Amino acid sequence: MLGYIYRRILYMIPTVFLVSIVTFLIIQLPPGDYLDTLAAELSDSGGLDTGTLEALRDQYGLGQPMYVQYYKWITGILFHGDFGLSFEKNLPVNDLIWDRLGWTFGISLLTLLFIWITALPIGIYSAVRKYSFGDYAATFFGFIGLAVPNFLLALVMMYVAFKYFGQSVGGLVSPEYIDAPWTWDKFVDLLKHIWMPIVVVGTSGAAALIRIMRANLLDELYRPYVVTARAKGMSEFQLLMKYPVRVALNPFISTIGWILPTLVSGEIIVAVVMNLPTTGPMLLRALLVQDMYLAGSLILIVSLLTVLGTLVSDLLLAWIDPRIRYQ
Amino acid sequence: MTDVNATPAVQTGETDVLMPELLGPKALMWRKFKRHRIAYVSLWVVGLIYLMALFGEFLTTTEINETNRRAPFAPPMGISLFVEQEDGGSEFLLHAKGLKLELNRAERRRTFVVDPDKIIPLGFFVKGYEYKLLGLFPMDRHLFGPKNARDRVYFWGADRLGRDIYSRIVMGTRVSMSIGLVGVVVSLFIGVSLGGISGYYGGWVDNVIQRLIEFIRSIPTIPLWMGLAAAIPLGWPPLRTYFVVTLIVSMIGWTGLAREVRGKFLSLRKEDFIVAARLDGLTDWEVIWKHMVPSFSSHIIASLTLAVPLMILAETSLSFLGIGLQPPIVSWGTLLKEAQNIRTIIQAPWLLIAPGTMIVFAVLSLNFLGDGLRDASDPNAH
Repeated sequence: MLGYIYRRILYMIPTVFLVSIVTFLIIQLPPGDYLDTLAAELSDSGGLDTGTLEALRDQYGLGQPMYVQYYKWITGILFHGDFGLSFEKNLPVNDLIWDRLGWTFGISLLTLLFIWITALPIGIYSAVRKYSFGDYAATFFGFIGLAVPNFLLALVMMYVAFKYFGQSVGGLVSPEYIDAPWTWDKFVDLLKHIWMPIVVVGTSGAAALIRIMRANLLDELYRPYVVTARAKGMSEFQLLMKYPVRVALNPFISTIGWILPTLVSGEIIVAVVMNLPTTGPMLLRALLVQDMYLAGSLILIVSLLTVLGTLVSDLLLAWIDPRIRYQ
Repeated sequence: MTDVNATPAVQTGETDVLMPELLGPKALMWRKFKRHRIAYVSLWVVGLIYLMALFGEFLTTTEINETNRRAPFAPPMGISLFVEQEDGGSEFLLHAKGLKLELNRAERRRTFVVDPDKIIPLGFFVKGYEYKLLGLFPMDRHLFGPKNARDRVYFWGADRLGRDIYSRIVMGTRVSMSIGLVGVVVSLFIGVSLGGISGYYGGWVDNVIQRLIEFIRSIPTIPLWMGLAAAIPLGWPPLRTYFVVTLIVSMIGWTGLAREVRGKFLSLRKEDFIVAARLDGLTDWEVIWKHMVPSFSSHIIASLTLAVPLMILAETSLSFLGIGLQPPIVSWGTLLKEAQNIRTIIQAPWLLIAPGTMIVFAVLSLNFLGDGLRDASDPNAH
């Protein structure tokens, strides 16, 4: 097991390195560098200070070859936790992002939970009662869930909630609570809002998992060991839970690896539509005004955390399934 | 897999020997595919959608960029069949009822009401704006629309500038559906080359390519796409933006394909017919293209069909966020961008419903089609 963990973490290093390079390239893509923009801003407001500009130019290695810039950028992050400045807000990126990243991952994890809670029973039901009305309903729901893009579902749900239930939509809490300190009422209000992005983001993932669970379980249900257990008089429910479901569950865990990136992606786009205080709107805004250090840091951290999540799911799988450890 | 499957010959009891009816693998697949009802219907639907994309102008009623100051947010018009005569009887006439603006005192804004006096006769093959069919033949006939070329009908409503949603959706089909196709061709090229190299040579090449694929799959796509798409300068000509967006969208799609191709290569590499071909002195290139690719091409076609809807959804998402295709280009995504905030949707739900339905419809039928093709191409499935 230790050997596997060691190997798996070693494999992660090139991935992390690649992520940082891609992010750096994205930061560099827009024409002109960050200081050109800053200089334009400052001269507009009349406060152009050549000394400050030169100091910044030196700090980020602007104007020097690409690899020097990359080196300065990455060492700044690694050793000083310095993600650069957001020129639009004129604040260090560090002060801006952590709150929002917390919400993004909070919502993504809650969504994962939601997906499991819905997909597991529905998947089992679909397989056990194959071709029943419930199975067809689940299949139909599955296809719709895969075909409707996240943001479209978000818009439709907001429209329905607003028009037919008169609920305030958008944001995670009602307007009057936004700057209020945390109280029980605010928490309840949060719960009233947060279910919507979770359901919206989770639908396609749940649809996919239901199909996987159904297929896996169908492969197991008619195996001889199930027949044997049944012949020995085991109760149907106990039998189901103890043998085939346990075997079918394995791929369930391995899917976290690919479901997590899609959840984070989905959360980002849904957040833009629903105006949630998460990474999405901030990233979009930063990209549109080309606030590249902010945008780059967000992309970097979101990707890194996703890679970490995948690592955790892989380790979890290895812990559960010995065949993977000894490969 | 047996290449030729013989159906049992009909024994007539006569002495003459009947040749058994031989069905090639393609005919067998087609037979299997046709048994999959939903997939078969989806094939027709997808075909119709692509026809719609091809002959877009012929199907529209209004020029897509034509604005109308008298019809901002005009609601969808129904099509009626009978007109009341003065003598009380009714006469058959295909028509739409005109709209007029009226001050709604309760809501303190102007709303559209149906104007019973204004009748717009509709007909088939009517004259309208001039266009070039398939970009070649100048024409001014349209399949269906108002008989008087100066009348305007809005079957699916109008947007904030009074542009016809129906015509815009028809024209948007061309962009949205072709992005799926072009993107898939790019993915096919990258996926088959890299997956093939990976599976055929194995060793460290395989390892590097597998790590690369794992890397791309492990990072969330939307932020990455957003970063790349946002770097497209706004001043670029629409066509160039279109191609770059297509490239960005297909950057992710190839990984799944590459994995499948690699798996197939790994299993085929040891097969007797491949070893024989290699011993016959064929080059690697010839072995790959003459013997390996044909043996799993049907499987690839199915995977490609399933990749098209993913690309369509990706384009739609990017354009919806305002960093994919930009407004002069009409696609389903840019149309949905008009319905971005809840206030607009409340005022004009058709801005959301019409393009949204189109997207779901197209994606669903492509998914069903791909599923059917995959089942048909798998000789072990039943």
